[in-house]
Amino acid sequence: MVSKPSRSLFRRRAFGPEWTGLYLVIPFLLVFAIGIVAPLLYAMYLSLYRDQMVGGNIFVGLDNYVAALVDPLFYTGLGHVALYVVIQVPIMVVLALVAALALDSRRMRGKSLFRIALFLPFAVPSVVAALMWGFLYGNDFGLVGQIRDFTGIDIPNLLSSDWILASLGNITTWGFTGYNMLIFYAALKAIPEEIYEAADLDGAGEIKMALHIKLPQLGPAIVLAVVFAIISSFQLFNEPSVVSNLAPTVITTYFTPNMYAYNLSVFGQQYNYSAALAVLLGLITAIAALAVHQFGRWKWRDQ
Amino acid sequence: MTQLTTARRRTMPAHRLSVPTILVMSALLLYCVLPFWWLIVSSTKSNGDLFSTFGLWFGRAFSLFDNLGQLFTHQNGIYLEWLGNTVLYAVVGGVGATILATLGGYGLASFTFPGSRKILGIVIVAMAVPATALAIPMFLLFSSLGIVNTRWIIVLLSLASPLGLYLMQVFAAQAVPRELLEAARLDGASETRIFVTIVSKLLAPGFVTVLLFNVVAIWNNYFLPLIMLSDPRLYPLTVGLNQWNSQASGSSGATEALYNLVVTGSLVGILPLVIVFVVLQRYWVAGLAAGSSR
Repeated sequence: MVSKPSRSLFRRRAFGPEWTGLYLVIPFLLVFAIGIVAPLLYAMYLSLYRDQMVGGNIFVGLDNYVAALVDPLFYTGLGHVALYVVIQVPIMVVLALVAALALDSRRMRGKSLFRIALFLPFAVPSVVAALMWGFLYGNDFGLVGQIRDFTGIDIPNLLSSDWILASLGNITTWGFTGYNMLIFYAALKAIPEEIYEAADLDGAGEIKMALHIKLPQLGPAIVLAVVFAIISSFQLFNEPSVVSNLAPTVITTYFTPNMYAYNLSVFGQQYNYSAALAVLLGLITAIAALAVHQFGRWKWRDQ
Repeated sequence: MTQLTTARRRTMPAHRLSVPTILVMSALLLYCVLPFWWLIVSSTKSNGDLFSTFGLWFGRAFSLFDNLGQLFTHQNGIYLEWLGNTVLYAVVGGVGATILATLGGYGLASFTFPGSRKILGIVIVAMAVPATALAIPMFLLFSSLGIVNTRWIIVLLSLASPLGLYLMQVFAAQAVPRELLEAARLDGASETRIFVTIVSKLLAPGFVTVLLFNVVAIWNNYFLPLIMLSDPRLYPLTVGLNQWNSQASGSSGATEALYNLVVTGSLVGILPLVIVFVVLQRYWVAGLAAGSSR
């Protein structure tokens, strides 16, 4: 009774494809095609044309891409998001690491309170987060202005061009540190208990354990967090466009590549050029994300 | 009782509380909670007090109920419509996206068929495609088909969740043993029956986590509805609130009265998700553990 059916099962798995699996994925693939593949292909198609007053829609090959590559406004935006990736992302990841290691430390109390409190900002839409912080930053009417008036300390204008990237970076850091902390914390929980027991026997303290045992184990999780942070940094749109109400001269219509593409398309009707910018931005994002991912693989391939 | 304490002492040796750790974490906690405190305090203030009294403490008058009354009646109660739209988009889109991701993730994890690896690879690559970069072509494509500016286009476009499929695939591979499926098939159970009676229960924790992710993502989405919708009555909260905000800061005097509505509307708008977060927090840790392990 045991041997015969299991042999037929073996045959089934070895020779017959299990098409049920495909049927199960088809509904997802349908919405995936409508919501992601079709717009992507359409963007590529649009980017190869130009709409002219005379002659209508004509094929121009890669002209739009060539124009984008020498467009100083595109580079201004790209520079802003690149600074974001180089400064905001490391600050956020380090804060999240410190918080996760603290949560995992045996010399810590009240863990569940800290865990939920640090994670809570993730529940706030980036639009609302930007509204709140915008109110707080205000030099004349916000909390920063009040503190300056009260203490007499000359706090710089956080909505000025010197400080605006830091102020926007703070909004993202506030929103996503707790989320990344939870990812790292979950990865720390997966480390087998025996390793700690061995370290205990060797007399290693909490800090030594964090640096030499926990941190190396977090490598893949850190890479993943950085990859996602890079993807969202390159897409930066919500925070600057909300805060631009308070600082219209500082946050220009081309402050980030995404804002530039949006404004060209919605207010300039330059759909073809805007599509080229979108595709180019997607390409740059994918290359950056892939580079970090490959670096992580190379660095942690032994684990 | 004594046994319990001794057993506990053996497995968890007493560790001294680390004061620097507590201090660092308390500073982080203060940083995370302070804007919430500001929002709560500010929603109890009138427009005048909002600008003339200290931001981190209550104003001269307690105006929370005035603000709420104004919030729900301003422009014929459009805020309630925004709230309703957000709930509709997040619940219908979130549940739908999670069902599709669950079926697909299970299909990819527990069945072997030609192309299954390729499908997963494409979906993972799609996670790196900036969603906001797609929104403008999306608008052009669907407006040429004449289906923008409707509620159901937002729901339809929210159904595709590559991250959800990826998480469910990872989760199903761990949670559904192949031997169990094979045993059930030997007993003559149909695939539908196997899914309904066995697999659905095994996948339930993963389902809740992915549902949380999807609901939060749609609830907080701004760019897609901003581009797709032109009728204010179809807006979700994010788009509506920022419209009030830009009206309030755009001109002085007459429309300045909107600031207290933006503040109170923000508080009311984040309350449902904050409650969901606190009540369901254990699902986040479980789900993120599955996602980060790869």
